[in-house]
Amino acid sequence: MSDIAKDATASRMPTYVGMPAFPKAAHEAVADTRLRRNLAHATGTIRERRAAAVAELDDWAELRDAGKRIKDHTLEYLGHYLRMLEGKVTEAGGVVHWARDAEEANAIVARLIKETGETEVVKVKSMATQEIGLNEALAEHGITALETDLAELIVQLADDRPSHILVPAIHKNRAEIRDLFSHRMPSAPEGLTDEPADLAEAARRHLRAKFLSAKVAVSGANFAIADTGTILVVESEGNGRMCLTLPETLITVMGIEKLLPSARDLEVFLQLLPRSSTAERMNPYTSAWTGVTPGDGPQNFHLVLLDNGRTDVRDEEVGRQALRCIRCSACLNVCPVYARAGGHAYGSPYPGPIGAILSPQIRGIGSKVDASLPFASSLCGACYEVCPVAIDIPEVLVHLRAKAAKKLPEKTVMKVAAWGLRSPARLALGQTLAGRARSLAPHLRFPRAWADTRDLPPIPKESFRAWWKRTHGDSADRKDAS
Amino acid sequence: MSARDAILGRLGAPEGDPDAEYLLLHRGYLERHHGDGLVELFAERVAHYRAIVHRVTEAELPGALAAALRLGAYVVPEGVPAAWTGSIEPSRRLGPDADLERVSGTITGCAVGIAETGTIVLDHGAAQGRRALTLVPDHHLVVVRADQVAADLPDGLGRLDITRPLTFISGPSATSDIELSRVEGVHGPRTLEVFLV
Repeated sequence: MSDIAKDATASRMPTYVGMPAFPKAAHEAVADTRLRRNLAHATGTIRERRAAAVAELDDWAELRDAGKRIKDHTLEYLGHYLRMLEGKVTEAGGVVHWARDAEEANAIVARLIKETGETEVVKVKSMATQEIGLNEALAEHGITALETDLAELIVQLADDRPSHILVPAIHKNRAEIRDLFSHRMPSAPEGLTDEPADLAEAARRHLRAKFLSAKVAVSGANFAIADTGTILVVESEGNGRMCLTLPETLITVMGIEKLLPSARDLEVFLQLLPRSSTAERMNPYTSAWTGVTPGDGPQNFHLVLLDNGRTDVRDEEVGRQALRCIRCSACLNVCPVYARAGGHAYGSPYPGPIGAILSPQIRGIGSKVDASLPFASSLCGACYEVCPVAIDIPEVLVHLRAKAAKKLPEKTVMKVAAWGLRSPARLALGQTLAGRARSLAPHLRFPRAWADTRDLPPIPKESFRAWWKRTHGDSADRKDAS
Repeated sequence: MSARDAILGRLGAPEGDPDAEYLLLHRGYLERHHGDGLVELFAERVAHYRAIVHRVTEAELPGALAAALRLGAYVVPEGVPAAWTGSIEPSRRLGPDADLERVSGTITGCAVGIAETGTIVLDHGAAQGRRALTLVPDHHLVVVRADQVAADLPDGLGRLDITRPLTFISGPSATSDIELSRVEGVHGPRTLEVFLV
């Protein structure tokens, strides 16, 4: 096994196998011009649309503030609200399961599916199941999990990984998708064009038979209401509605932070989420269910409550705010680093700025990938500005950097720099030495965490002071003399 | 120790009264964004999602519904007033047990309309049927009465029983997964037609 698997927290969220640390992955991604073009187009478009959708509401700032307060309150009393949720779901005919980590959650889901005797299940796109690597774990039990969200299906057919929270196939353009469907989707028609409408139609035909015959579905949850036991899934295509209502058994895996105290809070979050994520006043479909309803929808409902590091994050005074995240992905679309590096470079299901603070907190900064993530940012603050629940991502990044940069070489370099910069004579000496050593610069290996994330600017032959003295020697002297 | 006890143990019991603190949470946002003209706003916003909107009177409704039908039969759930479907041949009206893959569409009422967001909420009560009826067939005709239109989400949610199965619909099924180009009708009904009475 890789060294990552030895990490104590490795069972929480798999680091993508063989994934290099962010700087290396980003270097490779930046060189991929097609990826950059796809990303620039997509993030640029959605960024503008989102700004317009948000500007429509005069009280956006107040909604954002209320969203932040409600989430903070829920996190403070998380145990209280989880107990309440458990009671209400059970009362409404559902069964609640608790999972400390990914392994436990996957084992519960696999067991529940086996008890139905099924070997194929349909899935609604869900970050929680991505996080725990559910599809791979089920495959080991001989269970096929079929992704039904169009973008997730594209990613699954390509044996690829999602690169965006909302539009996981954002890195692929229509021509790539057409080729993929033609080769990997048995029901794809001859002469399939690369028109999005035709591609969506091919997916509709491919999935319809599966929806109508599936006995078991697996979903995540966008929100859970503690005082009623209601679960909500927010979506666009209707694949969610298909999975949530047609099968006999529904298994929902939910991070324990997805809770809201009361149904009234939906008036805040159902305004914040669609406008922030898809730039719509409202997404096409939202489904809400409470336990089971006789004669309508699944007659067996299981809710798996997933901790997977969240209780650790909650104990972090600064980092806790990451648990307010409602997975809207607005921070990805405004991030200059994400737009160039792409989602895969972050080495986890959570890409972009939120991934840079969530993954190292859930997994711990034990691995190279996780130690590099707090540096995968320019700290420009755009992510904080657009965050609908006001997560101060830069603040958490700086906090995590301080944790990652506690090694001796970096401290030493900083001390030497301070000594050199305190005296003009020392600075001049340093500059002269640097000028002479400039041919060596490309071969230098500085402390890697620092140098790997930055390109060294070319060092001039002489310093500005030396150049001034050489070319303006007289005037400098005269001034000195006057 | 069970996972449940481990997780709840980690979360501990903070000091304070959660229910009292919850009631004091500051909510500075607007309860309503709109005053008058809610029905017009609702019609405009629904149409914005490329749903088809018809403004009709009570008397015009049966004719308008009959004229909107395509070929084939439509499911009419229990509780739909007989007057709505009076102009439709009985042979083209099927009960909720019909084979949903073979019907052309569904005719339903709704629980609530929300003007600000152009949303129609089904609570799958009278005149709406179980959830599959408005999902599997390709053509959904939904009747919304003017008095069912709420201003905003706070108003709309206040009229609903959250513990019923709820479906919030804002335009027909759509995806933007391919280069962010909007495509209608991925899995749910490809056409949503709204009859605003």
